[in-house]
Amino acid sequence: MTTAPPAKLKRAVGQGAPLGPAAVLLLVFLFGPILWSVYAAFTNASLSGAGAAASHFVGLANFKKAFAADGFYNSVVLTLVFTLISAIIGQNALGLMLALWMRKSLRFVRALGGAVVIGAWVLPEVVAGYLWYAFLAKDGSLNHVLSGLGLGTQDWLFSLPIVAVSIANIWRGTAFSMLVYSAALSDIPLEIEEAAQVDGASGWRRLVSITLPMIRRSIMTNLMLITLQTLSVFGLIFTMTRGGPGTKSQTLPLYMYEQAFSFGNLGYGTAIAIMLLLVGAVFSLIYLRALDVDTR
Amino acid sequence: MQRRIIGSGCLALGLGLGLGLTACSGSSSGGNTSGGNATIKVAYQQFGEGKVMANFLAGVKTEFEKANPGKKIQLLPLVASENDYYTKLALMLRSPSTTPDVVYEDTFLINSDIKASYLKPLDSYLAKWPAWGQFVDTAKGAAKAADGKTYGVPDGTDTRGLWYNKHIFAKAGLPANWQPKTWVDVLTAARQIKAKVPGVTPLNIYASKAAGEATSMQGFEMLLYGTPNQLYDAKSSKWVVGSKGFLDALGMVKTVFGEKLTPSPQDATDANLGNTISQQWLPQDKIGIALDGSWVNNTWQSTGPKPWPQWSSVMGEAAMPTQNGEAPGKVSLSGGWTWAISNKSANADLAWKFISELQTEKNAANYAVAGTQIAVRKDVAADPTYLKANSETPVFTDVVKVTQYRPAYPEYPQISNQIQVAMESVMTGQQTPKQAQQVYDEAVKGIVGPDKTTTQ
Repeated sequence: MTTAPPAKLKRAVGQGAPLGPAAVLLLVFLFGPILWSVYAAFTNASLSGAGAAASHFVGLANFKKAFAADGFYNSVVLTLVFTLISAIIGQNALGLMLALWMRKSLRFVRALGGAVVIGAWVLPEVVAGYLWYAFLAKDGSLNHVLSGLGLGTQDWLFSLPIVAVSIANIWRGTAFSMLVYSAALSDIPLEIEEAAQVDGASGWRRLVSITLPMIRRSIMTNLMLITLQTLSVFGLIFTMTRGGPGTKSQTLPLYMYEQAFSFGNLGYGTAIAIMLLLVGAVFSLIYLRALDVDTR
Repeated sequence: MQRRIIGSGCLALGLGLGLGLTACSGSSSGGNTSGGNATIKVAYQQFGEGKVMANFLAGVKTEFEKANPGKKIQLLPLVASENDYYTKLALMLRSPSTTPDVVYEDTFLINSDIKASYLKPLDSYLAKWPAWGQFVDTAKGAAKAADGKTYGVPDGTDTRGLWYNKHIFAKAGLPANWQPKTWVDVLTAARQIKAKVPGVTPLNIYASKAAGEATSMQGFEMLLYGTPNQLYDAKSSKWVVGSKGFLDALGMVKTVFGEKLTPSPQDATDANLGNTISQQWLPQDKIGIALDGSWVNNTWQSTGPKPWPQWSSVMGEAAMPTQNGEAPGKVSLSGGWTWAISNKSANADLAWKFISELQTEKNAANYAVAGTQIAVRKDVAADPTYLKANSETPVFTDVVKVTQYRPAYPEYPQISNQIQVAMESVMTGQQTPKQAQQVYDEAVKGIVGPDKTTTQ
């Protein structure tokens, strides 16, 4: 390997220098804490008690504890259910439908529809969570409407909490998928669809054989993004149910929070965080695989 | 391009998670340092409308600042529910830049925080403090750690029992002078209220994770300690697992929630339930019986959040019975809070001076009356205003004779969390008492080690 010519090196230093402070800040305030949390996952760090005075290395004990805990499995299952219902099915399908519908509709309808959907997206997570809590709670607006119509009342926050928070997450997150798909659909040349129409393809046929294949890369990208986003949803669920009742809506981020901060087991909590990262990585690999097969 | 998007997605998730946990848990920088200057920061819990402690501290602060020119007291009310208070306090105590000087610590948590080296031993101060001789022995032991040193000055204790509303009892055809002998008697009364007084919640037993230590102590332990079993076997120094009493206590919870004798699950899992009961439901004749603490009537004093002068004629008190009336027939648990000094405080001497100001005979008696505490000092116990206030709740004062204490070892807070998990899972019907007990037993073995447990 030859050394870079002095002039080139000088230029590299000159160009790189302005990035220096930002790089240092990133290292100190982003990568530092991340490295610390990876380390903490292998210690008995805690908020109080012996682990707070002098935490020490415990090897894989935190991970072993997780794999022996019913609460952990419960959270993994709920996280998968939540991601499947609210992101992969809900936000994704609804977003696509809205995008298709808006492509065909009048400009005024499109603007109005877009504003409503994006309005939900713009709301802070906690506000959205509180709105849904106020809607679904025992004395909430939905029950007032239902009993006004003589239809009895619901108690989903208690009986079906994971479904309740999933619906809220669909409501809140659909705008993102809709925007991604709107952009993708606008790239499809109208001529292709018209040609298919002339050949006598039905609307459904055109969707399955032309539109979807043409936006498949956007579908994968969108799935990837909303999956990762949904895996780490915390504020919405915390506001609506706090993970309860019991542990019936305790997804991994809520389990992690409860273990780390309510129960003070920081080491165990960070171990859960790392496993959540792994769940995200598994999803990423699956989508990545699908894209690879697709482009070959 | 796709790969890059995916890569950055993963990174973003990683960053979010990593930061989420570490931002709060690392030794954080920032915050104002107290080193060198003469400001004492005093941290205490404040939740809901209750201002008894805030008013008391504000009074002592004025007094202290007048007597010590140039010294300042900064009151730091941590506005949080019980569990969140402990979390926040622990986070503050971790770093010299955020630590308060004087902290208000619950006796069940103090051993855990002592083990975490958060607190300073007070022995050198106590040795020179004449008032320490006034404290009864159990109180002196309340904040004494395994190392033999004392880390906190208790400001009172409490007992637990049943509060009942005589208006509702009259409507349900129950006696105004009620004293159940067994758990079944309590259930019978609650069922009678449910049948005869519609729209009223018959009974509350705390059973949610959100209620924190109230669920463990007022709820679960008040039941468990009325059975032949306990949490900890003092003889073998081991934690008890798999006991029948534990199962029966959870069974009682299942019964009362299963028969809907209790607040609705949504109310029962609300962190604010305790305040709702004392400030609204009891004064408004909306709940029949509340298994709660002796301090509840501080809510209704003229200094409390919901002044209710008629309380002493409307509210009745009864001791909580043992399961089947086993001797001594009634059960109570006692806790209490202490004033302690942070190990990282730069002004420990001044902090001590403030604590001793809080604990002059006059101030200690004032707080005992306003906070409806049970005195732990002989001079306060003989104070006429205290005696008068105390005579209004004879039952809660009487159960001092039978009251018991939590096994407040360093592991207790973690075990208490597991009790709350078991209670909520039974309350919501997610698990049977048997299943919840198995989960608890496994968790306890994980916390203290299998060799430190016994089946009694």
